[in-house]
Amino acid sequence: MAYNLVVFVKHVPDTKRVTGEAMKEDGTVNRAALDMIFNPEDLYALEAAVSLKERYGGRVTVVTMGPPQAAERLRESLERGADDAILLTDRRAAASDTLATSYILSSLVRRLHSERPVDMIICGRQAIDGDTAQVPPQTAEKLGWPQVTYVEEIEEVADGTVRARRNTGRGWERVECPLPCLVTVTDRAPAARPAAAKRVMAVKKARVRSELEREVAGAMPDAPAEEQAAEVRRRAEALEARGLLIRQWSLDDFKVDLAWCGRDGSPTKVKRIQSVVLKGSGFKVIDPTPDAIASMVHELIEDHTIG
Amino acid sequence: MIDVNRQGDVWVVAEQNDGRLHEVSLELLSKGRELADRLGVRLTAVSLGAKVSDQAAALVRHGADRVLAAEHELLAHYQTNPYAKVLVGLVEEHRPQIVIYGATPVGRDLAPRVASACWAGLTADCTDLEIGDHVEPGSTEKHGNLLYQIRPAFGGNIIATIVNFNRWPQMATVREGVMPRPEPDASRRGEIVRIRPDLSPKDCPIRVLETRLAERKVDLKAARIIVAGGAGVGSKENFKLVWDLAHALGAAAGASRAAVDNGWIDKDHQVGQTGTTVRPALYVAVGISGAIQHRAGMGEAQKIVAINSDPHAPIFEVAHYGVVGDLNRVVPMMIDAIKKRV
Repeated sequence: MAYNLVVFVKHVPDTKRVTGEAMKEDGTVNRAALDMIFNPEDLYALEAAVSLKERYGGRVTVVTMGPPQAAERLRESLERGADDAILLTDRRAAASDTLATSYILSSLVRRLHSERPVDMIICGRQAIDGDTAQVPPQTAEKLGWPQVTYVEEIEEVADGTVRARRNTGRGWERVECPLPCLVTVTDRAPAARPAAAKRVMAVKKARVRSELEREVAGAMPDAPAEEQAAEVRRRAEALEARGLLIRQWSLDDFKVDLAWCGRDGSPTKVKRIQSVVLKGSGFKVIDPTPDAIASMVHELIEDHTIG
Repeated sequence: MIDVNRQGDVWVVAEQNDGRLHEVSLELLSKGRELADRLGVRLTAVSLGAKVSDQAAALVRHGADRVLAAEHELLAHYQTNPYAKVLVGLVEEHRPQIVIYGATPVGRDLAPRVASACWAGLTADCTDLEIGDHVEPGSTEKHGNLLYQIRPAFGGNIIATIVNFNRWPQMATVREGVMPRPEPDASRRGEIVRIRPDLSPKDCPIRVLETRLAERKVDLKAARIIVAGGAGVGSKENFKLVWDLAHALGAAAGASRAAVDNGWIDKDHQVGQTGTTVRPALYVAVGISGAIQHRAGMGEAQKIVAINSDPHAPIFEVAHYGVVGDLNRVVPMMIDAIKKRV
């Protein structure tokens, strides 16, 4: 029994390595100063999907929503064993909150599902830029599919169900969930395998259309627009013939109500952003000498902090 | 979609496991009480389970004016679909203006499902909630008395205030351990509304095959004193210093993410944004530089002692006592001083 699996991945700033330059003086984030990476838990999701495909057969389609640069994550997914990838990029989807994002992604999955029924969507539990963990359950709800979150191990898929062990915060439980469904995995699931060198070579040249447009504009900056367009078409056709043209979709490629997309479709709005300043009150410098340390301990005993 | 309803109650979704209220539910009641008083509306707690009368009484003692007690045998064990179905039905019927959940694995599984079904906004992992006004840029319309949903974002490097003014209810999950727990008051009276939801097995697509409770090896939240070690400790062997100081103080041992990632100590001990949020009476940070993600989990400690060889380590920005020095010398001095006092 082969399964049609969809994996959501996200191109995120490496928020674990934020340095001084990454924060602007007004307290907002200087995205340009941050390295962009594969959202860590999404790598576990990809691994789960690829290993299910190896075990049962089937197909892994990776979907990302973001700027054209997110195509880098799709190439990386192909290197790590995905069969197919879709970049959803559209300015009208920018500034979507989790509800609008889930609406857009669920609409995209509806198209995929109508073309070839999807058995399972696998996602990382959450992305490190927002840490919300909301998009997967919201997507499942929009599709009317059950969800299994915080999964540490997908045990097996059989008879139209998936069995998985999930973390409940107080321990774990093993559940059986009918397909189609959505699963989110944590970093306690099996880690992603390294990319295979052979695949790296094979997909190195894979591109989405907007990357080709940029490359052509760089290579022939003085050429008239129609000439550039013709060159983009030529390159796209050449890549497609070799299976290396990564699909790039906009909101026009599936059925979606624009009123629920982007900023206008997002109920939550950011009112204010502040950079974090935490400070202790009454800071005392203690010398690293036995006497000074003893007097600090004495103070802590006196004010009943210790004992 | 639910229309804006300024008269709606403030709701706290209580979480229970096998008949016991989750600590975070009580913490939510203290914040919920404050919000409801500020808005002049009732504080309603919603409790779902097979049998919740004991919890309902406890919710009233801890501040609820009213409890919606939804009892059904299919609600005995938490499951996304039936819980979401019952809650969505109640939200649509009663139209609360605010609904808050604990940011536990249950709350973070349930709340987005409910928010999506209601086409409502939801903010995850809030560390504070306030009431305030909002004028959207480019507009002159003032939205009064909105819920400010305040949360760290971007790995804790920024604090974002989120509002939600045109779709109701305003929903948020709230991190465990960030709100004070209210004292129970046995004289408090409240209304308990019993509800028998209409559920059938087809509402429960997921079958639970096996459940296992894992004893947490350490309860950092309950610890009065925590001694935590970070990357500066240097090795698993040297982490013994952290344990020794913890034993001398009768403290729990904590750790930064770096120490956990290095395998020096189990993940249950991790303090910080991806670990546990703590607010002990005393927090001793040993060799912890104090990355923002760590500070977000311990900045509320009443007293903080930081020991670090780098005078520019950000941990000193939150510390009350800062010892700039080699922890291999300073920690034994501290153990010595403590033992001499005993």
